[in-house]
Amino acid sequence: MNGPEAVLRVSAGPVPEKPKAVRRSSPSRLSADFLFHKAAVFAAFLAAATLFATVIAITYDSWPSIQTFGVWGFLKSSEWNPVTQTFGAFPFIVGTLISSAIAMSLGVPVSFGIAVFITEIAPAWIKKPVAGAIELLAAIPSIVYGLWGLLVFAPVFAEIEPWITRNLGAIPGIGPLFHGPPMGIGMLTAGIILAIMVLPYISSIMRDVFLVVPSSLRESAYALGSTTWEVAWHIVLPYTRSAVIGAIFLGLGRALGETMAVTFVIGNSNVLSSSLLMPGATIPSVLANEFTEATTMLYRSSLIYLGLILIAVTLTVQSFAVLLIRRLGRSQGASA
Amino acid sequence: MNSLKKMGIALALAAACALVIPAVWAQSSLTGAGSTWVTPLVAKWAATYHTNTGIEINYQSIGSGGGIAQIKAGTVAFGASDMPLKPEDLRAAGLIQFPTAVAGEDLVYNLPGIKAEQIVLSGPLVADIYLGKVKKWNDPAISKLNSGLKLPDMDITVVHRSDGSGTTFTFCDYLSKVSPEWKGKVGANTSVAWPTGVGGKGNEGVASYVQRIPGSIGYVEYAYILESHLSDARMINRDGKIVSPSLKGFQDAAAHVDFTKAQDFYVILTDHTGPGTWPISGCTWQILRKNAPKETNVAVMKFFDWGFEHGQNLAQSIAFGPLPPATVLAIKSYWKKELGYTI
Repeated sequence: MNGPEAVLRVSAGPVPEKPKAVRRSSPSRLSADFLFHKAAVFAAFLAAATLFATVIAITYDSWPSIQTFGVWGFLKSSEWNPVTQTFGAFPFIVGTLISSAIAMSLGVPVSFGIAVFITEIAPAWIKKPVAGAIELLAAIPSIVYGLWGLLVFAPVFAEIEPWITRNLGAIPGIGPLFHGPPMGIGMLTAGIILAIMVLPYISSIMRDVFLVVPSSLRESAYALGSTTWEVAWHIVLPYTRSAVIGAIFLGLGRALGETMAVTFVIGNSNVLSSSLLMPGATIPSVLANEFTEATTMLYRSSLIYLGLILIAVTLTVQSFAVLLIRRLGRSQGASA
Repeated sequence: MNSLKKMGIALALAAACALVIPAVWAQSSLTGAGSTWVTPLVAKWAATYHTNTGIEINYQSIGSGGGIAQIKAGTVAFGASDMPLKPEDLRAAGLIQFPTAVAGEDLVYNLPGIKAEQIVLSGPLVADIYLGKVKKWNDPAISKLNSGLKLPDMDITVVHRSDGSGTTFTFCDYLSKVSPEWKGKVGANTSVAWPTGVGGKGNEGVASYVQRIPGSIGYVEYAYILESHLSDARMINRDGKIVSPSLKGFQDAAAHVDFTKAQDFYVILTDHTGPGTWPISGCTWQILRKNAPKETNVAVMKFFDWGFEHGQNLAQSIAFGPLPPATVLAIKSYWKKELGYTI
């Protein structure tokens, strides 16, 4: 089976060895570099073009719905009724934002705690196992989170909910947020599951950037008598601020788009409720639920329209993050 | 050089496969897509049909909406829908449809101390529960139908499907027939704007919510009640008789429909007459293209005809009721009339 090779060797034989190597190496290296350059450019443009093409395709497919309901009308309407073919996105947009907000308000402080523990407090032998365990959370498929949330977490949480209603529900102002039957599923459950899901993303980036804080800074602070908390809050966090914000927004992006886990535990009600213990819905969850049986053109197109809105929401959040990081960078520069 | 050669061989192989496979495919296989409800039945029939005839049926359970879209686009040989298309829509798209098998669904509940089939419900009462008007289990409307039972002073938690589903369509179609208020406020579709309650994904989602939440009520397919250990209710049918769900009850519903009269089999099996008729019976429809190649349509028709004739025990083993003989005859004459040819 080495026929062609032998032939090649024979034909290459008469050509003197050394000049060939020299002559050949420089153009081929050049062309390899040229190819690599083109490939890299192509890869970068491919990613951008995919996003662009996706937006165009989604806009095209949602056009019937955009024409029927308009932009503002669709955004502010709470009516989602496949029977009468009237569709509005408001409950889903609110549900998406609220569940992600719960996830962030629980997930960010815990992630910060994990990162501080690993970088500042933990003895060396425990750092690796803890960090590994947290990162392992990211490898769990989201459907497993959903099933775990529904079958394991929700029954336990249903036992805790009456306590929440009694205590948090009694606080004036935010009390009504915690009223409702103890079902174990709903907006709050979805937020908690999302918080667990975003932990590994936020905490592992925080840990990585906390590690690059120069030890001279840290040691100076300790030498001046700072506590661990003061070092973490006043030295480490300001030094890594923009990266930490980046980490938070990465987690937020994940929470906004999470589909299966949320669908299992949010309760899937299209009616907006004032209580976090009541069922709700998010844009991804309604897509997961209704896309397969969307029998009419307008219905299908309205669901795709919801997808377009989700892209817009995510894009807004990301641009906000970029702006925030830039502004912080500038003010940091000014103060320095 | 070696790797180049290997790549060449691999490419040649891939090209050869690409050339060969579709040819094999086209000869001994049919593709269908649609309803998830009918999936167990088509899968069961297809497996036995394959061993008997060598013809492979690939069915993708992508949902009725997807099934209708795929058959309209002509990418599959047949589409399956839990909701029949209106005759005028069929005409406009050049399609025909026929029923496959009958099935049913029932309400399940979680009430401490009350066992399966102890509760009796009526259609209008179920509509009021799902409208959120009857809120407690000891409501006079419920205790009137269940005089011997001691019903607890518990809130009713309504559980419905969150995903679009033929089960929902059949359930809501029944409620629309028995409750004018339901018809006006909610209506029937594969998914509707529920006035109240929590939504579970799939039969298993509804079942797990009902198992979890004391005082809850939900609707699931009959096959799923047999599988799981849920307490199901008895219903009062159109004739005023109290009935339990059974294949016989679903078939009675089909037997009381004159399919030969209904245009394009556009009949929904809910709330029909007959003493043994189960009120929430349903059906799935297969959809074909009129202008598909004759051999494709004939192959599909042969498969379903085989199912109607020889697949009855298979259907019953997974809680689908075979169509009554008169209906099968009506389907055959419908094929001849609409397509101009038959198997």
